[in-house]
Order: sequence, then structure tokens, then C-alpha cells
Amino acid sequence: MAEPTFLPRASFQTLLDALARAGYRCIGPQRRDGAIVYDTLRGPEDLPQGARDIQSPGRYRIERPDGPRCFAWANGPQALKPFLFAPRESLWRSERDAGSAINFAEVRPASEPLAVIGARACDLAALKLQDRHFLEGPFADAAYGARREQLFLVAIHCTHPADTCFCVSTGDGPRATDGFDLALSELDDGFLVQAGSEKGAAVAAQLPLEKSAPAQRDAAEREIGAAAQKQARRLPGRNLRDALFANLEHPRWEEVAARCLSCGNCTSVCPTCFCHSESDRPSLDGTVSVHVREWDSCFTQGHSYIHGIVIRADTRTRYRQWLTHKLGSWHDQYGRSGCVGCGRCITWCPVGIDITAEVAVICSAEFGVRSAE
Amino acid sequence: MNAKPKIAVHKFASCDGCQLAFLNLGEELLALAELVEIMHFAEAGPVNLDAQVDIAFIEGSVSTPDDLVRIQKIRANTRFLITIGACATSGGVQALRNLADGREWIASVYAQPEYIESLATSTSIASHVKVDLELWGCPVSGRQVLAAVRALLFGVAPVEERDKVCMECKRTQAVCVLVAKGVPCLGPVTRTGCGALCPRFGRDCYGCYGPAENPNTEALGLRFAGLGLLPEQIARRFLFIDNAAPVFAEAGARWRSAADD
Repeated sequence: MAEPTFLPRASFQTLLDALARAGYRCIGPQRRDGAIVYDTLRGPEDLPQGARDIQSPGRYRIERPDGPRCFAWANGPQALKPFLFAPRESLWRSERDAGSAINFAEVRPASEPLAVIGARACDLAALKLQDRHFLEGPFADAAYGARREQLFLVAIHCTHPADTCFCVSTGDGPRATDGFDLALSELDDGFLVQAGSEKGAAVAAQLPLEKSAPAQRDAAEREIGAAAQKQARRLPGRNLRDALFANLEHPRWEEVAARCLSCGNCTSVCPTCFCHSESDRPSLDGTVSVHVREWDSCFTQGHSYIHGIVIRADTRTRYRQWLTHKLGSWHDQYGRSGCVGCGRCITWCPVGIDITAEVAVICSAEFGVRSAE
Repeated sequence: MNAKPKIAVHKFASCDGCQLAFLNLGEELLALAELVEIMHFAEAGPVNLDAQVDIAFIEGSVSTPDDLVRIQKIRANTRFLITIGACATSGGVQALRNLADGREWIASVYAQPEYIESLATSTSIASHVKVDLELWGCPVSGRQVLAAVRALLFGVAPVEERDKVCMECKRTQAVCVLVAKGVPCLGPVTRTGCGALCPRFGRDCYGCYGPAENPNTEALGLRFAGLGLLPEQIARRFLFIDNAAPVFAEAGARWRSAADD
């Protein structure tokens, strides 16, 4: 890849302008309701300049703004997932005509060209997994596909991992290596810019880019390296399938179930979880019905309900299902673990259950006992 | 069900907010009036207390000697009985008197308590007669009421929403108030149906839809203690709108006895 070029901070607006000219609605990070969330970016002033986050199991806070940087924080609750795999959407509708026949009609998926600014390496790794699930099987998902096709990704190399991050141990970060259109390294006075696709190069060609200095490139590299060094959490191995399935009766499942709320927050914030439920929403007069898909979770009763039976009625079996699927049987389904080390399930668990600590105990016989930091 | 089924909406001890959820349906109320014959709905106009109906909706809890008699008659006169809202479904906020000396409360509020004729307890409709469907909430959601009517008109069982508020909160992409603000949100043990209304406006869920399926009140109470709440404060989180719902009543009692220790 060509040497990165430099975009002065004062020229950041030109990136938004170039994306707008290319027809994209720009989505970027901003502060809202005590967190950094993704929403429509009207200008650079919407970015969370100076914001720093403090994350720990079950706790998230934003510190008082300080400094010029806009991306000096680790991921908030959202990932790319809600932009592609919609939390709720209509798939088709049926209508009874005058002759009492029922007609079925496709609902065109809501989609528009979106440019997301700020995606991290863990998000890009998760996106690859979601692509694999929704697009690469025998039945590609039209709604996801329509939105994925029109997505432009501006990645940011992560320099500020949270205490809950562990992407180094899953091999997914902190450097964004591929899967982006543009990748940026944020420095105090601007951004190093690197194109990762033809679309990205076409946008970059419209920016007032300068040649980058070796000192700038070194600084950016150092920060990415430091971000990797800083991570204290880790999973004991990349493939835990055999270790987990050898421990289905481990007493720890019962112990974690006593703490777990079975609320589904972990799976909702997980950038790779894709479970959903479908239901029909008839109009009151009974002439029209819409078939709706919405996010579900292996922590709900409905998830394991079949023909009058709930297969996983208790929290022990639900938590075990989540972990053994995510870190175990994903290897069979998708050729890798379903965890990208983003740490969201740790931060956004209301009671602060730490997946790395649970796994360390459950797989201790296979991987050696290791106390959780 | 008949071509044009008959319905009734009855009021017991309540604030009328659930009947308002009906009235606030707007155009859909007109559509509903086309589909069913509204026999009794005092707040909207029609009065016929003893009408034979297909669906009787009950708002409010059983709170007076008269209520005891009236609910039996209504049950006998209806095919389906659906409770709407926290009062009818769990006894409501007024069931807090079950935990206290109701007579003393009355004496301390009213100048002439002898004119107040009420039972010592406020109880759910299901404590007295068979209930076919319970719709929770304070107030109940109009959407759920209509969905229940629609399902019965189709001749199928209404789908019960039993997941936690958190599921809907995350679908709306609201930021978790418990994690980001450290407030004692009951969303993780409360049944969805409200559309995560409170968390979407930055405040903590206070459990008005009652307990969700598989609720872990013990772990959530411990989390509240970690946020700095004292045992009595934790007890009061559970002993509120749906204080008499067994899951919340037990959780409240546990924390209250911890407070007494």
C-alpha cells in the first residue's frame, strides 16, 4: 500500500464534503446520553472532541473533554451492526383483496448510501463475520445486502483501548488492516490517510492531502503499538471449541447463572451476534399483515421455544449456549471464533460479567489457571 | 367468535389511565368500534353493567366489598376476561396497603374514616376469578390491547410479550442508563411492552410492566447495592407499581428484612 498522506485537522470538513458529493450520508461518533454513539454527522463540530471514555465491567463514563482529538476513545455501545442488520424491519406484507385471496408483497429494504466514520479494527472484523453469515451462505439476506453494498467505511486505527478491550488476543486489532475504504491515524494536528479500496482512493483524490513526514508516521505507529501493549484482558486461546465442549458440566456455568440477569444486553451490543425473531403484525381490521424481523437473543425464552417446549428454560443453559456458540461452534460454522475482542459485552453487562474471566475458569484445565485482571 | 363480538370495559380501583389508553387510540378506536359492539365502557359513554359480552376488559384492583361481588358477575357474563394494567393484573400501587395497616392509613387521611368502605387489601383480579389474559403496564399499552383484540377476532391466542425491557431498549439503540449513569434501572427484570419508554428518555425503568420471564431480582438487587443503594432503597425499587406481583413482592421482602437486620 502507498505511503499514507496527511490531512490537516482544519481540512477534515473536506472529507465530509467529498463523501457528501459522492452521495453518502455521513455517520460519525458523537456524544449523546452519556456515551459516544453513531449518528448523522452534520460537521466536524459534532465529533466528540477531547472526549475520553472510562470503561470497566458494567460501567461506562465519559470524562470531561480535553485536547484536540476526536477519536481518542474506545468503542461505545454500538457497532456497525445496527446500520446493516436493522434492530427491527419489515420483510414482507400480505394483503387480503376484495375476492378474499391473499397476496404477498416484498417490502423494499430501507437503504441509502452511508459513510461511517470511525470504525475500529474490531468492528471491521465483526463486519466480515456478519457478511459471512448474511451474504455468503446459499440464501443471501436482501435487506442486509442492500445496505452493505452502499456502505463506505472510514476506519480509525485504535489508539485508546478501554480496560475491557482484548482485540489483541483475538487477533482483530488494534490496527485496521483491511476491509475499509479509507483508514485514518489521528494525530494532534490532523490525520494520516490511507486508501483501502478504489472507492476510497477516489474520495482521497479530492482531499487537500499533504505528504506525510516520517516523524508523523512513526508517532502513529507508536500509538497503535502502545494500544496493543495496554490491553490487560485476553482470551486463553483463539480456538476454545474443544475446551468449552469438554466442560459442559463445569460448575462455573451454575455460578455465573446466579449473577447473570439473562437480559440480552451482551448479545445486543455484540457486533457479531445475529439472532433474531420473526412475527406477524396484523392491522386492526385484519386485511393487512406485516412480517417483522427484530433482534432476539439466546438469553430469551422465545429463542429456544419449539412446539410447546422451551429448550433452555434457565440461565445456566442460556449463558452456556451463548458462550459455546460464540467461542465454540462458530469455528465449525464460520471458520473462526465469533468474538473480536471489542469488550462491549463486558462494559454493557449491567452486572459486569466478564467473558474473559468466565472463560479462564471454565477452560482452566485445558489452558492453565489464570486469574483475571 | 360472532360476526360482531361484544366487549365491555369495567373499572375497579384504579386511576382510569388504562381506559385512557383505549380512548387515546384515536382513529384506531373508530376502527375498533366497527369491529366490535361496545356494550359497556362508562368512561366513553355506553353503560350496561350486566351486559353479556365476548370480551370483558378489567381495569383496576379489587379493593371494596362491592368489587368482590361485581367481579364474579362480570366473570359469569363474559367469554374472555382480560386484565388491563398493573392494578388489575397485580393489585397496583394501592396494594402497598397490604404491607401496612390500611385502617390506620385511612384514619390518618380522612376526617371521617367511617364513610370509607374498603377492604384491608388491594388484590389482583386473578386472585378472585379466572383471567384469560393479563396485559401489564401502568398504563397498559394501546398497541398490546389492540393486538389482543385482533388475535381473539382471528380466533387465535394472543402472543404474550415476556422478554426483558433491555431487549427493546437495545433495539431502539438507547444508551443503557444503568451502565452509563449508574441509576437503579429495573429493565433487566421487567417485562417489555412499553417500548423502553423511560430509558429512552434517560431515566431508569421502575418496573411498571411487572416481572419478565426468568427474572434474577437477587443479582439486580446486589448490583443496586453496588451502586450505593441501601437495603430499604432497594426494597422500594421492587415494592412500587407492581409491588404485589409475587416476584417483586418476594424481592422487596428480602431486601426489607435485610434492612431490618
